[in-house]
Amino acid sequence: MRVFVEGVAVRAPGLGGWPESRAVLAGIEAYRAAPAELPASPLPPAERRRTAPTVKLALALGIEAFAAAERDPAETASVFASSGGDGETIHQILVALASDERHLSPTRFHNSVHNAPAGYWSIATRSHAPSTSIGCHDATFAAGLLEAAVQALVEDRAVALVAYDAGYPEPLHSVRPIDALFGTALVLVPSMSPRSFAQLEIELRPQGSDFSTMAEPALESFRVGSPAGRSLPLLATLARDAADTVMLEYIPGLMLAVSVEPVSSAPARMPRRQDAAAGV
Amino acid sequence: MRPLALSRFSLVTSLGVGGEATLRALRQARSGLAPNTFAPAPLATYVGAVTDADEHPLVGEEAGFDCRNNRVAAIALEANGFGDAVAAARERYGADRIGVFVGTSTAGILQTESAYRYRDGDTGALPASFDYARTHNIYSLADFVRTRLRLAGPAHAVSSACATTAKVFANAARMIAAGVCDAAIVGGADTLCGTTLYGFHSLEVMSEEPCRPFDAERRGISIGEGAGFALLERPSLHADEDRVLLLGIGESSDAYHMSSPHPDGVGARLAMERALAGAGFAPKEIDYINLHGTATLVGDAAEDRAVAELFGAVTPCSSTKGYTGHTLGASGIIEALFSALSILNGVVYGSVHTRHVDPQFRSRYLLESASARVDRVISNSFGFGGANCSLLLGRAA
Repeated sequence: MRVFVEGVAVRAPGLGGWPESRAVLAGIEAYRAAPAELPASPLPPAERRRTAPTVKLALALGIEAFAAAERDPAETASVFASSGGDGETIHQILVALASDERHLSPTRFHNSVHNAPAGYWSIATRSHAPSTSIGCHDATFAAGLLEAAVQALVEDRAVALVAYDAGYPEPLHSVRPIDALFGTALVLVPSMSPRSFAQLEIELRPQGSDFSTMAEPALESFRVGSPAGRSLPLLATLARDAADTVMLEYIPGLMLAVSVEPVSSAPARMPRRQDAAAGV
Repeated sequence: MRPLALSRFSLVTSLGVGGEATLRALRQARSGLAPNTFAPAPLATYVGAVTDADEHPLVGEEAGFDCRNNRVAAIALEANGFGDAVAAARERYGADRIGVFVGTSTAGILQTESAYRYRDGDTGALPASFDYARTHNIYSLADFVRTRLRLAGPAHAVSSACATTAKVFANAARMIAAGVCDAAIVGGADTLCGTTLYGFHSLEVMSEEPCRPFDAERRGISIGEGAGFALLERPSLHADEDRVLLLGIGESSDAYHMSSPHPDGVGARLAMERALAGAGFAPKEIDYINLHGTATLVGDAAEDRAVAELFGAVTPCSSTKGYTGHTLGASGIIEALFSALSILNGVVYGSVHTRHVDPQFRSRYLLESASARVDRVISNSFGFGGANCSLLLGRAA
């Protein structure tokens, strides 16, 4: 199935937004470690105080991708994909339940639901559009991409995919080793639009040849250390503006082959992206 | 949307195992709610527990999946000839052409709650026997269903709080429409755990008596557990076997609050309108509405408003939460299957435990079950984060 990319976002330690990260992802510049920075939350102050790291991350990703796509989030369906909710929030609940008091914070409880980022996103963007929140353990990114592409084609509408995971604290980390915060977002459309810059041909295949990996060790550690990081081979191909096929990890027995092809229906698009990449 | 058939389904709740036991309880106004004896969360409340939920451990190759959530899922998978129907579908389509799109809100987190109580005194490590991926992670349920039913098609878990297993129908319908698979297993499970019992207790929305949906003196929810699954595929030429169809799905977001619905029922109304529009039916063509109706002050009022605005005081509606309690992430599939049973058996359900409908409400709320020809039903599921989903089910023509 074929969809087009209008906007893309990325956030991770040392990867502060798509324009700033493109050269690193493309292998042109060296990766430099830096703490992950998240822009100020668009939520009202009362809500902002109560949000968890995954919520801040997902909102930042959505805002960046929609700005690049020049599209109104209030009118756009969304797919939120994460391995398993906010690790820190779940850890705090589990600690409280293991104590004698067993008292839970109501805010922490509602932040623990898997679709908390989708809920906050709808509040922040005043969107009544449909949204689905999914998870697929290590296959979460590929599952999210498949769901978003299918939705764009079947419903014939733009769909935003937001894939994110924050690090898990111990002792959860030992059984679910998600290391650093990592997130990406893609705005997908079913047909070529003035703002689309790449075409994705997505195909479910029997698991055969190896998954695509990253040459840069730090980026490869993000790829294996976070389900959302499994997106990196696709992001690197998009960053290079190159035609290539990447093999993404999906559930056992299957993988997702994604053939990327740059499209240039947008003459105004390239100069602006280069400006942004240069930090102008 | 193109209609899809629920060609086989199965469920388990506190009302019993399978369609017949469920229907009997619904007809007899027998509630599954009982004083809470769930040891990990000794709170003064009523719960709708599955009988013997803990009595049938998963063994052999499935041992890693063993947890209350997957055990309850297994009870549903083993009832109503569901496994045989899936085996036949596997023959028809091939294992790789059947998807699994199931949901849960808390999966087997009860297992992790227990593991945290047995952390190593020195290192803080969890017990070595704890299997995170196959019990706690939300995909554990999809993995278990896919393994048990020997399927090899696409799969993922959906988790949108209490709208979860209504929304799975949308995920599956899209995958079938796109040709990614020919058929799908939809449904899910949610089971009692400390996280949800103490969580809803902390929000002060849990009743100390059995929940009384739409009652003037409603005092909050009762929590229940259960599982349900349906085999979803294109209607075959043998229409007799495809007696209940999925005709429309409406998804919406409230854009209002994380744990409280929009008081005007904006998202609820949008979900129902979108389900009607997708199916191409007018409100007057709906014979019964199975409400979300959890018996919270705000939630019931908002839903009544949305229903009354769309359907006036004409269409019979009721919540079945008084029978089962709120089965949270499983309520979408369980109540979709209650709706299927309504269509197949010509019955609309009363509202057990509800005594006096809130005098401010304007919808046509049913207190007693009644026989009626039911051709089309809307089933509502609304959840945290303002996630809403309405399903429109109907009789095959």
